[in-house]
Amino acid sequence: MAPTVDLEARFLAYVAAENKVEPKHWMPDAYRKTLVRQISQHAHSEVVGMLPEANWITRAPSLRAKLILLAKVQDEGGHGLYLYSAAETLGTSRDQMIDDLLAGKAKYSSIFNYPTLTWADMGAVGWLVDGAAIQNQVMLCRTSYGPYSRAMVRICKEESFHQRQGYEIMMHLARGTQEQKAMAQDALNRWWWPSLMMFGPSDDQSPNSAQSMAWRIKRKSNDDLRQEFIDKTVPQAEFIGLSIPDPDLKWNEERGHYDFGAIDWSEFFAVVAGNGPCNTERLEARRKAHAEGAWVREAASAYAAKQSARRPAAGLPAKPHAA
Amino acid sequence: MSTPDQWPLWEVFVRSKNGLSHKHSGSLHAPDAEMALKNARDVYTRRSEGTSIWVVPSSAIVASAPDEKEVLFAPSDDKVYRHPTFYEIPDEVGHM
Ligand SMILES: [Fe+2]
Ligand SMILES: [Fe+2]
Repeated sequence: MAPTVDLEARFLAYVAAENKVEPKHWMPDAYRKTLVRQISQHAHSEVVGMLPEANWITRAPSLRAKLILLAKVQDEGGHGLYLYSAAETLGTSRDQMIDDLLAGKAKYSSIFNYPTLTWADMGAVGWLVDGAAIQNQVMLCRTSYGPYSRAMVRICKEESFHQRQGYEIMMHLARGTQEQKAMAQDALNRWWWPSLMMFGPSDDQSPNSAQSMAWRIKRKSNDDLRQEFIDKTVPQAEFIGLSIPDPDLKWNEERGHYDFGAIDWSEFFAVVAGNGPCNTERLEARRKAHAEGAWVREAASAYAAKQSARRPAAGLPAKPHAA
Repeated sequence: MSTPDQWPLWEVFVRSKNGLSHKHSGSLHAPDAEMALKNARDVYTRRSEGTSIWVVPSSAIVASAPDEKEVLFAPSDDKVYRHPTFYEIPDEVGHM
Protein backbone atom coordinates (compact mmCIF):
# COMPACT_ATOMS: atom_id res chain seq x y z
CA MET A 1 0.00 0.00 0.00
CA ALA A 2 2.66 2.46 1.01
CA PRO A 3 4.13 3.12 -2.46
CA THR A 4 0.65 3.86 -3.93
CA VAL A 5 -0.13 6.30 -1.15
CA ASP A 6 3.19 7.97 -1.84
CA LEU A 7 2.48 8.20 -5.54
CA GLU A 8 -0.99 9.59 -4.96
CA ALA A 9 0.28 12.19 -2.51
CA ARG A 10 3.01 13.17 -4.93
CA PHE A 11 0.45 13.39 -7.75
CA LEU A 12 -1.81 15.68 -5.70
CA ALA A 13 1.11 17.95 -4.86
CA TYR A 14 2.16 17.96 -8.51
CA VAL A 15 -1.23 19.12 -9.80
CA ALA A 16 -1.69 21.50 -6.87
CA ALA A 17 1.51 23.23 -8.03
CA GLU A 18 -0.23 23.85 -11.40
CA ASN A 19 1.81 21.28 -13.31
CA LYS A 20 0.26 19.54 -16.29
CA VAL A 21 -0.21 15.78 -16.39
CA GLU A 22 0.80 14.19 -19.70
CA PRO A 23 -0.27 10.81 -21.16
CA LYS A 24 2.83 8.87 -20.08
CA HIS A 25 2.88 10.23 -16.52
CA TRP A 26 1.77 8.12 -13.60
CA MET A 27 -1.79 9.02 -12.56
CA PRO A 28 -4.31 7.50 -10.14
CA ASP A 29 -6.71 5.07 -11.82
CA ALA A 30 -9.68 7.08 -10.63
CA TYR A 31 -8.23 10.25 -12.20
CA ARG A 32 -7.86 8.43 -15.52
CA LYS A 33 -11.39 7.02 -15.31
CA THR A 34 -12.91 10.37 -14.41
CA LEU A 35 -11.17 12.02 -17.35
CA VAL A 36 -12.15 9.32 -19.83
CA ARG A 37 -15.78 9.69 -18.74
CA GLN A 38 -15.72 13.49 -18.77
CA ILE A 39 -13.81 13.97 -22.03
CA SER A 40 -15.80 11.34 -23.93
CA GLN A 41 -19.09 12.82 -22.71
CA HIS A 42 -17.82 16.20 -23.79
CA ALA A 43 -16.91 14.80 -27.24
CA HIS A 44 -20.33 13.17 -27.60
CA SER A 45 -21.96 16.49 -26.69
CA GLU A 46 -20.13 18.26 -29.52
CA VAL A 47 -21.22 15.59 -31.99
CA VAL A 48 -24.84 15.24 -30.86
CA GLY A 49 -24.90 19.03 -30.53
CA MET A 50 -24.65 19.31 -34.31
CA LEU A 51 -28.15 17.85 -34.69
CA PRO A 52 -30.42 20.60 -33.29
CA GLU A 53 -28.68 23.18 -35.49
CA ALA A 54 -28.34 20.98 -38.57
CA ASN A 55 -32.14 20.97 -38.39
CA TRP A 56 -32.13 24.56 -39.68
CA ILE A 57 -29.35 24.54 -42.29
CA THR A 58 -31.67 23.97 -45.25
CA ARG A 59 -34.14 26.53 -43.91
CA ALA A 60 -31.80 29.36 -42.99
CA PRO A 61 -33.41 32.67 -43.99
CA SER A 62 -30.50 33.89 -46.14
CA LEU A 63 -27.37 32.62 -47.84
CA ARG A 64 -25.28 34.53 -45.27
CA ALA A 65 -27.13 32.86 -42.40
CA LYS A 66 -26.73 29.47 -44.03
CA LEU A 67 -22.97 29.83 -44.53
CA ILE A 68 -22.53 30.89 -40.91
CA LEU A 69 -24.63 28.01 -39.58
CA LEU A 70 -22.76 25.50 -41.74
CA ALA A 71 -19.43 26.81 -40.48
CA LYS A 72 -20.58 26.59 -36.88
CA VAL A 73 -21.88 23.04 -37.21
CA GLN A 74 -18.65 22.04 -38.92
CA ASP A 75 -16.68 23.53 -36.02
CA GLU A 76 -18.67 21.40 -33.56
CA GLY A 77 -17.71 18.27 -35.53
CA GLY A 78 -14.08 19.34 -35.24
CA HIS A 79 -14.49 19.89 -31.49
CA GLY A 80 -15.75 16.33 -31.19
CA LEU A 81 -12.64 15.10 -32.97
CA TYR A 82 -10.22 17.10 -30.78
CA LEU A 83 -11.89 15.69 -27.69
CA TYR A 84 -12.02 12.08 -28.86
CA SER A 85 -8.29 12.41 -29.58
CA ALA A 86 -7.64 13.77 -26.08
CA ALA A 87 -9.59 10.88 -24.53
CA GLU A 88 -7.66 8.38 -26.63
CA THR A 89 -4.41 9.46 -25.03
CA LEU A 90 -5.78 7.90 -21.83
CA GLY A 91 -5.98 4.45 -23.38
CA THR A 92 -9.50 4.21 -24.73
CA SER A 93 -10.29 4.05 -28.45
CA ARG A 94 -12.55 6.26 -30.51
CA ASP A 95 -14.39 3.23 -31.88
CA GLN A 96 -15.12 2.11 -28.32
CA MET A 97 -16.41 5.55 -27.34
CA ILE A 98 -18.63 5.81 -30.41
CA ASP A 99 -19.96 2.28 -29.85
CA ASP A 100 -20.88 3.30 -26.29
CA LEU A 101 -22.68 6.39 -27.55
CA LEU A 102 -24.63 4.49 -30.19
CA ALA A 103 -25.50 1.73 -27.71
CA GLY A 104 -27.02 4.37 -25.43
CA LYS A 105 -24.44 3.63 -22.71
CA ALA A 106 -22.72 7.01 -22.80
CA LYS A 107 -24.06 10.38 -21.72
CA TYR A 108 -23.93 13.70 -23.50
CA SER A 109 -25.12 17.16 -22.47
CA SER A 110 -28.87 17.09 -21.84
CA ILE A 111 -29.34 20.45 -23.50
CA PHE A 112 -29.24 18.75 -26.90
CA ASN A 113 -32.36 16.76 -26.05
CA TYR A 114 -34.47 19.88 -26.50
CA PRO A 115 -35.99 20.65 -29.94
CA THR A 116 -35.17 23.68 -32.11
CA LEU A 117 -38.64 24.85 -33.11
CA THR A 118 -38.04 28.19 -34.87
CA TRP A 119 -35.23 30.13 -36.51
CA ALA A 120 -34.93 32.16 -33.30
CA ASP A 121 -33.71 28.98 -31.63
CA MET A 122 -30.53 29.27 -33.71
CA GLY A 123 -30.04 32.61 -32.02
CA ALA A 124 -30.84 31.36 -28.53
CA VAL A 125 -28.66 28.26 -28.91
CA GLY A 126 -25.63 30.24 -30.06
CA TRP A 127 -26.07 32.96 -27.47
CA LEU A 128 -27.07 30.86 -24.44
CA VAL A 129 -26.00 27.26 -25.06
CA ASP A 130 -22.64 28.11 -26.61
CA GLY A 131 -22.34 30.92 -24.07
CA ALA A 132 -22.77 28.49 -21.18
CA ALA A 133 -20.44 26.00 -22.84
CA ILE A 134 -17.79 28.73 -23.22
CA GLN A 135 -18.07 29.60 -19.52
CA ASN A 136 -17.21 26.00 -18.69
CA GLN A 137 -14.60 25.59 -21.42
CA VAL A 138 -12.65 28.70 -20.52
CA MET A 139 -12.22 27.18 -17.07
CA LEU A 140 -11.16 23.86 -18.63
CA CYS A 141 -8.34 25.55 -20.56
CA ARG A 142 -6.56 25.39 -17.18
CA THR A 143 -7.46 21.78 -16.43
CA SER A 144 -4.62 19.61 -15.16
CA TYR A 145 -4.59 17.06 -18.00
CA GLY A 146 -2.39 18.45 -20.80
CA PRO A 147 -4.14 17.01 -23.88
CA TYR A 148 -7.58 18.06 -22.56
CA SER A 149 -6.33 21.53 -21.76
CA ARG A 150 -4.79 21.96 -25.23
CA ALA A 151 -7.99 20.78 -26.92
CA MET A 152 -9.89 23.35 -24.85
CA VAL A 153 -7.61 26.20 -25.86
CA ARG A 154 -8.21 25.37 -29.52
CA ILE A 155 -11.96 25.02 -28.96
CA CYS A 156 -12.27 28.29 -27.06
CA LYS A 157 -10.62 30.17 -29.91
CA GLU A 158 -13.31 28.84 -32.23
CA GLU A 159 -16.26 29.19 -29.87
CA SER A 160 -16.45 32.92 -29.53
CA PHE A 161 -17.84 33.35 -33.03
CA HIS A 162 -20.55 30.83 -32.15
CA GLN A 163 -21.89 32.96 -29.35
CA ARG A 164 -21.61 36.21 -31.27
CA GLN A 165 -23.46 34.91 -34.32
CA GLY A 166 -26.25 33.66 -32.03
CA TYR A 167 -26.56 36.99 -30.27
CA GLU A 168 -26.62 38.73 -33.64
CA ILE A 169 -29.59 36.61 -34.73
CA MET A 170 -31.42 37.47 -31.49
CA MET A 171 -30.58 41.15 -31.88
CA HIS A 172 -31.94 41.30 -35.43
CA LEU A 173 -35.14 39.53 -34.44
CA ALA A 174 -35.60 41.65 -31.32
CA ARG A 175 -35.31 44.79 -33.44
CA GLY A 176 -37.57 43.44 -36.18
CA THR A 177 -41.37 43.21 -36.44
CA GLN A 178 -43.62 42.42 -33.47
CA GLU A 179 -43.80 38.80 -34.60
CA GLN A 180 -40.02 38.53 -34.89
CA LYS A 181 -39.50 40.00 -31.45
CA ALA A 182 -42.09 37.59 -30.03
CA MET A 183 -40.27 34.72 -31.68
CA ALA A 184 -36.99 35.77 -30.07
CA GLN A 185 -38.65 36.11 -26.66
CA ASP A 186 -40.25 32.69 -27.02
CA ALA A 187 -36.87 31.12 -27.81
CA LEU A 188 -35.31 32.82 -24.78
CA ASN A 189 -38.19 31.57 -22.61
CA ARG A 190 -37.63 27.99 -23.70
CA TRP A 191 -33.80 27.95 -23.59
CA TRP A 192 -33.09 29.98 -20.45
CA TRP A 193 -33.65 27.35 -17.76
CA PRO A 194 -32.16 24.41 -19.65
CA SER A 195 -29.06 26.61 -20.26
CA LEU A 196 -28.70 27.24 -16.52
CA MET A 197 -28.96 23.48 -15.94
CA MET A 198 -25.98 22.91 -18.26
CA PHE A 199 -23.67 23.74 -15.35
CA GLY A 200 -24.97 20.72 -13.46
CA PRO A 201 -26.55 20.31 -10.04
CA SER A 202 -25.66 22.55 -7.12
CA ASP A 203 -22.35 21.89 -5.43
CA ASP A 204 -23.87 20.09 -2.44
CA GLN A 205 -25.60 17.74 -4.91
CA SER A 206 -22.50 16.92 -6.99
CA PRO A 207 -20.57 14.27 -5.09
CA ASN A 208 -17.63 14.21 -7.54
CA SER A 209 -17.08 17.96 -7.64
CA ALA A 210 -14.72 18.13 -4.67
CA GLN A 211 -12.49 15.34 -6.00
CA SER A 212 -12.36 16.94 -9.46
CA MET A 213 -11.35 20.23 -7.86
CA ALA A 214 -8.60 18.53 -5.84
CA TRP A 215 -7.27 16.94 -9.01
CA ARG A 216 -7.49 20.36 -10.72
CA ILE A 217 -9.66 18.85 -13.46
CA LYS A 218 -12.34 21.38 -12.53
CA ARG A 219 -11.29 24.84 -11.40
CA LYS A 220 -14.62 26.37 -10.39
CA SER A 221 -17.78 25.03 -8.84
CA ASN A 222 -21.01 24.50 -10.82
CA ASP A 223 -22.75 27.23 -8.84
CA ASP A 224 -19.97 29.76 -9.38
CA LEU A 225 -19.93 29.12 -13.13
CA ARG A 226 -23.72 29.43 -13.28
CA GLN A 227 -23.65 32.70 -11.37
CA GLU A 228 -20.97 34.14 -13.67
CA PHE A 229 -23.02 33.16 -16.70
CA ILE A 230 -26.18 34.80 -15.33
CA ASP A 231 -24.35 37.98 -14.38
CA LYS A 232 -22.95 38.27 -17.89
CA THR A 233 -26.09 37.34 -19.77
CA VAL A 234 -28.78 39.43 -18.05
CA PRO A 235 -27.42 42.78 -19.31
CA GLN A 236 -27.10 41.30 -22.82
CA ALA A 237 -30.82 40.43 -22.76
CA GLU A 238 -31.68 43.89 -21.46
CA PHE A 239 -29.65 45.51 -24.23
CA ILE A 240 -31.87 43.98 -26.91
CA GLY A 241 -35.07 44.49 -24.94
CA LEU A 242 -35.81 40.85 -24.14
CA SER A 243 -36.79 39.70 -20.68
CA ILE A 244 -35.37 36.77 -18.76
CA PRO A 245 -38.21 34.39 -17.82
CA ASP A 246 -37.54 34.47 -14.10
CA PRO A 247 -39.78 36.62 -11.81
CA ASP A 248 -37.27 36.23 -8.95
CA LEU A 249 -34.34 37.59 -10.92
CA LYS A 250 -32.96 40.78 -9.41
CA TRP A 251 -29.66 42.50 -8.82
CA ASN A 252 -28.35 42.02 -5.29
CA GLU A 253 -26.26 45.05 -4.45
CA GLU A 254 -24.72 43.44 -1.38
CA ARG A 255 -23.56 40.26 -3.14
CA GLY A 256 -22.67 42.07 -6.34
CA HIS A 257 -24.55 39.37 -8.25
CA TYR A 258 -28.01 38.65 -9.59
CA ASP A 259 -30.29 36.60 -7.36
CA PHE A 260 -32.34 34.13 -9.34
CA GLY A 261 -35.25 31.74 -8.92
CA ALA A 262 -35.12 28.06 -8.01
CA ILE A 263 -34.12 25.68 -10.79
CA ASP A 264 -36.46 22.77 -11.44
CA TRP A 265 -33.99 19.91 -11.03
CA SER A 266 -36.67 17.28 -11.49
CA GLU A 267 -36.78 18.33 -15.15
CA PHE A 268 -32.99 18.04 -15.41
CA PHE A 269 -32.89 14.54 -13.92
CA ALA A 270 -35.79 13.42 -16.12
CA VAL A 271 -33.93 14.51 -19.26
CA VAL A 272 -30.68 12.91 -18.05
CA ALA A 273 -32.61 9.68 -17.43
CA GLY A 274 -33.67 9.66 -21.08
CA ASN A 275 -37.09 11.29 -20.86
CA GLY A 276 -36.37 14.62 -22.55
CA PRO A 277 -38.29 15.70 -25.64
CA CYS A 278 -35.66 14.46 -28.14
CA ASN A 279 -33.50 11.78 -26.46
CA THR A 280 -34.73 8.98 -28.73
CA GLU A 281 -34.64 11.09 -31.86
CA ARG A 282 -31.04 12.22 -31.25
CA LEU A 283 -29.68 8.71 -30.77
CA GLU A 284 -31.65 7.45 -33.75
CA ALA A 285 -30.15 10.20 -35.91
CA ARG A 286 -26.60 9.30 -34.79
CA ARG A 287 -27.16 5.59 -35.42
CA LYS A 288 -28.61 6.28 -38.85
CA ALA A 289 -25.70 8.54 -39.82
CA HIS A 290 -23.18 5.97 -38.59
CA ALA A 291 -24.87 3.10 -40.42
CA GLU A 292 -25.28 5.07 -43.63
CA GLY A 293 -21.64 6.12 -43.55
CA ALA A 294 -20.41 2.53 -43.20
CA TRP A 295 -19.84 2.07 -46.93
CA VAL A 296 -17.67 5.20 -47.05
CA ARG A 297 -15.46 3.92 -44.22
CA GLU A 298 -15.24 0.51 -45.87
CA ALA A 299 -14.36 2.00 -49.25
CA ALA A 300 -11.65 4.19 -47.69
CA SER A 301 -10.15 1.17 -45.92
CA ALA A 302 -10.27 -0.93 -49.08
CA TYR A 303 -8.62 1.84 -51.08
CA ALA A 304 -5.89 2.27 -48.45
CA ALA A 305 -5.24 -1.49 -48.41
CA LYS A 306 -4.93 -1.55 -52.19
CA GLN A 307 -2.59 1.43 -52.22
CA SER A 308 -0.36 -0.01 -49.51
CA ALA A 309 -0.11 -3.29 -51.40
CA ARG A 310 1.31 -1.27 -54.29
CA ARG A 311 3.45 1.03 -52.15
CA PRO A 312 4.48 -0.92 -49.04
CA ALA A 313 5.43 2.18 -47.03
CA ALA A 314 2.02 3.84 -47.21
CA GLY A 315 0.00 1.70 -44.80
CA LEU A 316 1.10 1.88 -41.17
CA PRO A 317 -0.20 0.08 -38.13
CA ALA A 318 -2.37 1.64 -35.42
CA LYS A 319 -0.77 2.53 -32.15
CA PRO A 320 -1.85 4.75 -29.28
CA HIS A 321 -0.45 8.26 -28.94
CA ALA A 322 3.30 8.29 -28.60
CA ALA A 323 3.78 11.75 -27.22
CA MET B 1 -22.41 -2.14 -38.80
CA SER B 2 -19.20 -3.82 -39.90
CA THR B 3 -16.58 -1.41 -38.60
CA PRO B 4 -13.13 -1.99 -40.07
CA ASP B 5 -10.26 -2.21 -37.61
CA GLN B 6 -9.65 1.25 -36.22
CA TRP B 7 -7.74 3.40 -38.67
CA PRO B 8 -4.20 4.36 -37.70
CA LEU B 9 -3.60 7.56 -35.78
CA TRP B 10 -1.72 10.43 -37.40
CA GLU B 11 -0.11 13.44 -35.75
CA VAL B 12 -0.71 16.70 -37.57
CA PHE B 13 1.89 19.48 -37.83
CA VAL B 14 1.04 22.83 -39.39
CA ARG B 15 3.35 25.61 -40.59
CA SER B 16 1.73 28.96 -39.88
CA LYS B 17 1.73 31.80 -42.36
CA ASN B 18 4.74 33.61 -40.94
CA GLY B 19 7.24 31.00 -42.01
CA LEU B 20 7.86 29.37 -38.64
CA SER B 21 8.54 25.68 -38.14
CA HIS B 22 5.74 23.17 -38.42
CA LYS B 23 4.04 22.92 -35.05
CA HIS B 24 2.00 20.08 -33.57
CA SER B 25 -1.72 20.84 -33.93
CA GLY B 26 -3.37 17.59 -32.91
CA SER B 27 -4.13 14.17 -34.26
CA LEU B 28 -6.69 12.25 -36.25
CA HIS B 29 -7.52 8.80 -37.58
CA ALA B 30 -7.31 8.09 -41.30
CA PRO B 31 -6.90 4.98 -43.44
CA ASP B 32 -3.92 6.36 -45.35
CA ALA B 33 -1.60 9.35 -45.65
CA GLU B 34 -3.63 10.98 -48.40
CA MET B 35 -6.85 10.95 -46.37
CA ALA B 36 -4.93 12.04 -43.29
CA LEU B 37 -3.73 15.14 -45.17
CA LYS B 38 -7.21 15.94 -46.49
CA ASN B 39 -8.79 15.53 -43.07
CA ALA B 40 -6.04 17.55 -41.41
CA ARG B 41 -6.76 20.39 -43.80
CA ASP B 42 -10.47 20.29 -42.93
CA VAL B 43 -10.00 19.95 -39.20
CA TYR B 44 -6.92 22.00 -38.38
CA THR B 45 -6.77 24.79 -40.98
CA ARG B 46 -10.32 26.13 -41.27
CA ARG B 47 -9.23 29.67 -40.33
CA SER B 48 -6.10 30.15 -42.45
CA GLU B 49 -3.92 28.68 -39.72
CA GLY B 50 -1.39 27.32 -42.14
CA THR B 51 0.44 27.20 -45.42
CA SER B 52 1.78 23.66 -45.13
CA ILE B 53 0.80 20.45 -43.33
CA TRP B 54 2.78 17.39 -42.27
CA VAL B 55 1.04 14.21 -41.20
CA VAL B 56 3.13 11.63 -39.38
CA PRO B 57 1.97 8.19 -38.25
CA SER B 58 1.82 8.35 -34.44
CA SER B 59 3.51 4.96 -34.34
CA ALA B 60 6.59 6.50 -35.99
CA ILE B 61 7.19 8.94 -33.15
CA VAL B 62 9.73 7.99 -30.52
CA ALA B 63 9.27 9.95 -27.29
CA SER B 64 11.50 10.41 -24.27
CA ALA B 65 10.16 8.87 -21.08
CA PRO B 66 8.88 11.19 -18.33
CA ASP B 67 11.11 9.55 -15.70
CA GLU B 68 14.18 10.36 -17.78
CA LYS B 69 13.37 14.06 -17.48
CA GLU B 70 16.02 14.72 -14.83
CA VAL B 71 18.76 12.82 -16.63
CA LEU B 72 18.02 14.44 -19.96
CA PHE B 73 17.30 18.01 -19.08
CA ALA B 74 18.72 18.83 -15.66
CA PRO B 75 22.35 19.02 -16.90
CA SER B 76 21.59 22.17 -18.88
CA ASP B 77 20.07 23.97 -15.88
CA ASP B 78 23.43 25.02 -14.40
CA LYS B 79 25.03 26.22 -17.62
CA VAL B 80 24.11 29.87 -17.41
CA TYR B 81 27.17 30.78 -19.49
CA ARG B 82 25.24 29.49 -22.51
CA HIS B 83 23.01 32.56 -22.28
CA PRO B 84 24.00 36.01 -23.57
CA THR B 85 22.93 37.73 -20.33
CA PHE B 86 25.76 35.92 -18.50
CA TYR B 87 28.32 38.31 -20.00
CA GLU B 88 28.80 41.90 -18.85
CA ILE B 89 29.64 44.16 -21.74
CA PRO B 90 29.92 47.93 -21.09
CA ASP B 91 27.06 50.02 -22.50
CA GLU B 92 29.54 52.09 -24.55
CA VAL B 93 30.13 49.08 -26.78
CA GLY B 94 26.56 49.38 -28.01
CA HIS B 95 24.17 46.64 -28.90
CA MET B 96 25.77 43.23 -29.26
FE1 LIG C 1 -18.14 23.26 -29.54
FE1 LIG D 1 -19.99 25.98 -30.24
